[in-house]
Formats: sequence, C-alpha cells, structure tokens
Amino acid sequence: MNSTPTRDLVQVRSMIAAHKRRDIAFAVLGFAALTLCFVTFVALFVDMLVDGASRLTADFFTSFASRRAGQAGILAAWVGTFLLMLVTAAVAVPIGVASGLYLEEYAPRNRFTAIIEININNLAGVPSIVYGLLALGMFVHTFGLGASVLTAGLTLGLLILPIVIVATRESIRAVPGMIREAAYALGATRWQMVRHHVLPYSMPGILTGVIIGLSRAIGETAPIVTIGAVTFIAFLPPAPLTAAPPFVSFEWLLSPFTAMPIQIFNWTSRPEVAFQQNASAAALVLVGMTLLMNAIAIWLRYRLRRNLKW
Amino acid sequence: MASKAPKPDLATLQKKAEARALNFFYGKKQALKNITLPVFDRRVTALIGPSGCGKSTFLRCFNRMHDLYPGNRYDGEIRFFPDDLNLLGADVDPIEVRMRLAMVFQKPNPFPKSIFENVAYGLRIRGVKQRSLLMDKVEEALSSAALWNEVKDRLDEQANNLSGGQQQRLCIARALASEPEMLLFDEPTSALDPIATASIEELIHQLKDKVTILIVTHNMQQAARVSDFTAYMYLGDLIEFGWTDDVFFRPTNKQTEDYITGRFG
Repeated sequence: MNSTPTRDLVQVRSMIAAHKRRDIAFAVLGFAALTLCFVTFVALFVDMLVDGASRLTADFFTSFASRRAGQAGILAAWVGTFLLMLVTAAVAVPIGVASGLYLEEYAPRNRFTAIIEININNLAGVPSIVYGLLALGMFVHTFGLGASVLTAGLTLGLLILPIVIVATRESIRAVPGMIREAAYALGATRWQMVRHHVLPYSMPGILTGVIIGLSRAIGETAPIVTIGAVTFIAFLPPAPLTAAPPFVSFEWLLSPFTAMPIQIFNWTSRPEVAFQQNASAAALVLVGMTLLMNAIAIWLRYRLRRNLKW
Repeated sequence: MASKAPKPDLATLQKKAEARALNFFYGKKQALKNITLPVFDRRVTALIGPSGCGKSTFLRCFNRMHDLYPGNRYDGEIRFFPDDLNLLGADVDPIEVRMRLAMVFQKPNPFPKSIFENVAYGLRIRGVKQRSLLMDKVEEALSSAALWNEVKDRLDEQANNLSGGQQQRLCIARALASEPEMLLFDEPTSALDPIATASIEELIHQLKDKVTILIVTHNMQQAARVSDFTAYMYLGDLIEFGWTDDVFFRPTNKQTEDYITGRFG
C-alpha cells in the first residue's frame, strides 16, 4: 500500500483541526461559566465572613435575640429552624415517597394520572408565598393550629412535596426492569417487589431529593412570615422529652417559633451596623447548616450506593 | 444429541405442560398464532427460530410475565400437570403460577444483595424464616447450580462481584431454591462467553432429571446439544416440533430445514 499523503488527506486534517478548535472553544466557555459561578459564591461567602466572623462566638449560639446587637444571638432561631426541618421532613418524606411510589408502580396510565403528574410538576413552580397564604387560611385559621412549629412544618412540607415526589419517581424509574422481573418471577407480590427491591435500591436518589427539598425549605422566609412566625422571641419551644411520664411531649409542635431566615431578615432591616454584622454571622450559620445537611446526604448516598450495580 | 437410546413413543411420555391453541396479543399485534405444543416431564424442550418469531413471548406465557404490562392478552390455554391447571386461567393467580415455575433470564439479573440473600429470596417470600433451614436450602441450590464450591466462603459478598457466568449460575440457584416444577430459560447464555456457556449447558444436562426445562435459544448448536425436543417457530407460528435429532436431521418442513442448514435466519 502506498501511503503518500494526498491532497484529500490534507483537507481532512485541516477539517479535524477546525473541529478541534471548536472543541477547545467550548471548553474555555464552559470553564469561564463555571468560574463565574464559583467566584460569585466565594465573593458572597467572603463578604459574609468579613462582616460576621467576629460575631461567631459560643454566646452567639446560646443567646436569644436582644435590643443590643452585641448581646443578641440566634438560639431561638437555630432551634426553631432545626425543629422546623424535622417536621418538614416528617411531613414531606412519607407523603412524597408514597405518592411517587404509587404513581410509578401502581397507578394505571390514564388521563387522570396524567393530569395529576402535570399538576405535580406545576406545583414545583408555585411561588412559596402562595403556600404561605394557603397555610394561613387552612392551618392557622381553619384548623386553629396558630403560628406554630407544626403549621410552618406542614407548610414547608407541602412546599417541598413536589420535589420529593419527582426525585422519588426518577430514582424508582432508574431501577432496571430486569430486577423487577426477577423478583416477580420468583413469585413476589407487587408490594414485596417494592418493599424488598425498588424502595431500597432507589433510596439514595430519594434521599438526594429530600435533601434538595430541605435545602430549599431551610432558607424559605416568605411562607413562614405569612403564617405569622414571631420575629422576636426569647424562649425555646418546650422540650420533646420530659422528666415525668409519658416522657415524650409534643407541646413543642404548637409552640410559637422563629427561624434563621426570619432572624436574618429582621436584623438586616435594622439601620445599625452591628445588627448587619449579626445578620452576616447568622447567614453564615444558615449556609453552614445547609452544607452540613448536604454533606450528610452525600455520605449516606455514598454508603447506600456502594453496592448498587446492575 | 441428548438421547441416544431408542426413542419412546410420544404418546407414552408424561406431559408436564401443554399449550393448547394458544394465541397471544401485544395490544392489537398478534405475536403467537394458535400454538399447540406439549412440554414433556423432566425433559428439555428447546424453542428455536429467528428473532421476532415469538419464542420468548411463548416462554413468558408460562409464568404469566405478560400480566405485568398493560395491553397484553392471552387466548387459549396452557395446561399444567399433574393437576391439569390452566396456567392462563382468569381465576388462576399469576403469583401462584410463578411460585411453581421459575425463570432464568437472558442477562444475569442478580439482586444487588449478598449471594446468600439472592438465593434465599424465593424462600423468604414463601415465609421461610428459620436461618438453619434457609442455609441448608441455599447450599443445596448453589450445589445444584454448580456454584457452591466457588462461593461457599463468601456468601455475604455482593452478588455483583461475581463474573457473568457465575452470576447466571447464581440466578439458576435462585430459581432452584424454591424447588420449582418447571424451569424456564430465556436465552440464558446469550450474554456469556463460550466457557461460561458450556458450564450452563452442562448444568442443564444435570438438572433435567429433577425438573422440566423449557429453553429459548438463539444458538442452534446449543439446542442440539442440550435438548430432547425442539420446536421451531417462525413469525408467531409453530412450524415443527419433535425429537431434537429428528428436527435437526430429518426435518419434515422445508422452512425448518432452511433455517437449520443456515439458508436463512
């Protein structure tokens, strides 16, 4: 074979070079976009750090809000946010996972379920203040639950329900059909198949969805302001564990509360510089809480996914 | 050829199952046309034919896998012996059917669980809880599937770490653990290398004394090697059925002959 480069080959090479230039052009563009995101985040974070770092003392975490910026802390706020997340998860996880499972594994494919599916996707786009208004009318007034931890948890739970449902459905769909068939072929009922296979194998994905939902809920201000969360509070909700039988108390659910975003919003609206510093410090804590939640999720996901291969 | 001894008269053989005038529809599309076919007790019956001929569709009728998807319809019956039950009967629970007939799939599909849990799963859903009984049955099934010696020291390891051939034998063990009356193989070696294929074929040879086997295969040599009976299907029709050596060496139908001699398909 004679392999003298021909005129055609020269053309092919210049064409390949042109294609590669575009490849590089996109890589540069993508990297620039990524850098922009990253720099923005770092700038925000550093700004908060510069303003608020000096306020991040142990006292800041163990003090209630105060008229004097130097003595004010976020005790009520972080405890409130923590409890709020518990209730939100307790509401959104069972309902969301059950709905997602039902839609994927049980519901017949007909017009009715199609309408429900479209609505769930639409719900994810409803502004959060609308949920606040709904909660004000339903939970606060009709059910008389007041501006409580329970009301706020139910509201945020509803808010993130679509996120949990969509994540559940997607991770359920990722379980291969041949695994389902293997279980059915051995004589499993649908519930056994779901309980022993689909649910455990899709757990990492569901968990991710739950955390994404909670990360959204933790920063929500509008709906909990709407239902009337207190902005200045100098007590904690009653403890869930008590010294006297039955040792468990659910009074905290009906207690008034405040939360991190509300505290931050409250401090930001004050003119004094010292309160602005408090706001920055509290925002740092809020970001820290979110990152911690994500870190736990990543770790759990890694552990659960280790054995999942098809 | 599986049988060298003089062939007994078909009428004297005991049937494990028999499809009678079986039609099957995926929605409006008819995939099986009026199939009548016996499956003889503790024999290997191979289903061959070109892609799309309906052999897998036919196999999946036996354990009612088609019931899992909407729009599928059976017409006709599959009689199952000795109790003469119509597997396709509207009053017959597909779960009961699947408890009696086990299936091994085209691609090894172990659960992402331990080796032990894979084999024990069929027993667990049959309510077996006693650890020692589970252990005995798991060992027995793994031994029958010629896998015990390779995995006995690592039963708690993930099944996915096994090689493809081992995974397929694990799936066979999983199917055997609950002592099915009939085993359905859906091209069990199409995803395996020749050595793993040979070990699965050897296994099928050993199993046929205990259990009736119906196997779909793309590979005609495989059908010739492992089966006693062969059914040739084409476009949803059963073209020819008989003793494997008759079908391969003395086909009565021109179409069968063309397919077997490699003139088409």
